[in-house]
Amino acid sequence: MTVKDTDMPRQASQLPSSLLVLRNILTFLMRSPTSAFGLIVLGLLIVIAAFAPLIATHDPYAQDLANTLKAPGNGHYFGTDELGRDIFSRLVWGSRISLTIIFLVSIVVGPIGMIVGTTAGYMGGRLDTIMMRITDIFLSFPSLILSLAFVAALGPSLNNAIIAIALTAWPPIARLARAEAMTFRKADYIAAARLQGASDMRIIFKSIMPMCLPSVLIRLTLNMATVILTAAGLGFLGLGAQPPMPEWGAMIATGRRYMIDSWWLVTFPGLAILTVSLAFNLLGDGLRDALDPKQMNRR
Amino acid sequence: MTSNVEIRNLSISFGEGPAAVKVLPGVNFSVEAGECFGLVGESGSGKSTVLRCISMLTDFWQGQISIGGRNVRDIPRLERCRLLQMVFQDPYGSLHPRQSVRTTLSEPLKIHGLDDHEGRMRRVIRDVGLTADFIDRFPHQMSGGQRQRIAIARALILEPSLLLLDEPTSALDVSVQAEILNLLVRLREERGLTYLMVTHDLAVVDHMCDRFAVMLRGEVTEVLPRAAIQGNHATHPYARELIGASLEYEGAL
Repeated sequence: MTVKDTDMPRQASQLPSSLLVLRNILTFLMRSPTSAFGLIVLGLLIVIAAFAPLIATHDPYAQDLANTLKAPGNGHYFGTDELGRDIFSRLVWGSRISLTIIFLVSIVVGPIGMIVGTTAGYMGGRLDTIMMRITDIFLSFPSLILSLAFVAALGPSLNNAIIAIALTAWPPIARLARAEAMTFRKADYIAAARLQGASDMRIIFKSIMPMCLPSVLIRLTLNMATVILTAAGLGFLGLGAQPPMPEWGAMIATGRRYMIDSWWLVTFPGLAILTVSLAFNLLGDGLRDALDPKQMNRR
Repeated sequence: MTSNVEIRNLSISFGEGPAAVKVLPGVNFSVEAGECFGLVGESGSGKSTVLRCISMLTDFWQGQISIGGRNVRDIPRLERCRLLQMVFQDPYGSLHPRQSVRTTLSEPLKIHGLDDHEGRMRRVIRDVGLTADFIDRFPHQMSGGQRQRIAIARALILEPSLLLLDEPTSALDVSVQAEILNLLVRLREERGLTYLMVTHDLAVVDHMCDRFAVMLRGEVTEVLPRAAIQGNHATHPYARELIGASLEYEGAL
């Protein structure tokens, strides 16, 4: 058959289309300096977290009481803290904690927000009203205060901080997904899917969600900056990661007492938080341009 | 399979209470199996609403619609999908922008648990006049006419006997319109389909339909055979006016 012959090479080149899209998005992001900065910082953060044992010069928990509050230098790039621990090594190991928080919060918040939002938006009616009122209740609290309440109830620890942040971070995503879903539910291709016998769940998962995914992804990336800040805030208040852990917020909290004499205790963790949350914001902005449907059509 | 359509006292209103708008006050007509039946009328006369009621996309209507002697409401959903399908007006809005032709065509096969996906897809793609290498394209990689062919392929892949056509050519170029209409004519001959076609172009009716109904403000004013167009044999004043205007327009061209 001639048709078979002609379309075989085409299929081969089309197969890794998702990889191709990913490469296109990355090239697009690298083209603008701000989103390139975000991408590079994020890449660095992942590399640092992955190779923390190799990059860190000291054990992050090793105390050296003869060597406390030393200024940067002498083999300690960023100085030492009040117990003589190397701040650089603690920052390096702390990147693992930050990435864990971001990752866990995102994989909890993304799907929950997406499912609640798309279901409410597609189904409409009473279900929509109920789901959105619940979302409104969550939205009406400032997220840090609500996380504080959750952590106070569950007890202070890193895991509880992650749960608390996840519980407060999904409503904006649900809102967004609902708004998107409402614009698509009347589309002809949804009607066509219904005419083919697709169940509501199938339509939500296969037709609505792919359409909401780009904006949710952008929102999630922008959210990561807030997640880092909230985690640092909880750590600072003593409600997140507990003292020996090298969490950036907790490091600032303990360093606060020595801030006047030993500036390096708060400056470097503060800079780390600033850089990473800035990187996520810039990356989110870049993604907004990269995932714009009109841009997508050009690819 | 016979798929004659009987519509008795079909009425529907949107909204509730005193604000409710009665769109269809009571529509009656019937389409014989294997026939091509046209629905014409001005914008907002309820033509498309009738199609959406028959296909159960809108399900809060009153009255009775039966296909092949069975009440539409009594036909199970999946069986109904294999009995009737719809082709929409705008091929730019009726194909999912993020789904390739392969996904679009294989979804219904998966839902209905049919076998030989590849073979069925290739056959239906060839039936609508495209080559098999279109299977891996996305909607934005196709022209309007090609998209509409894919939309027709999607409607045909479940092998329905009744096709509801909601102005299938009005969003297309004139030259492409003719291609799609000829495709529809050919498919009907090959597969013995029943067409119920909404249009506001009497030339399309003249080209394709055996009979047609003229609708005005939700009511069927008159059901006419195709032959009534040429000499304007309509008796209802509105139908006469509509056909007269159309003949005049074509005469001017």
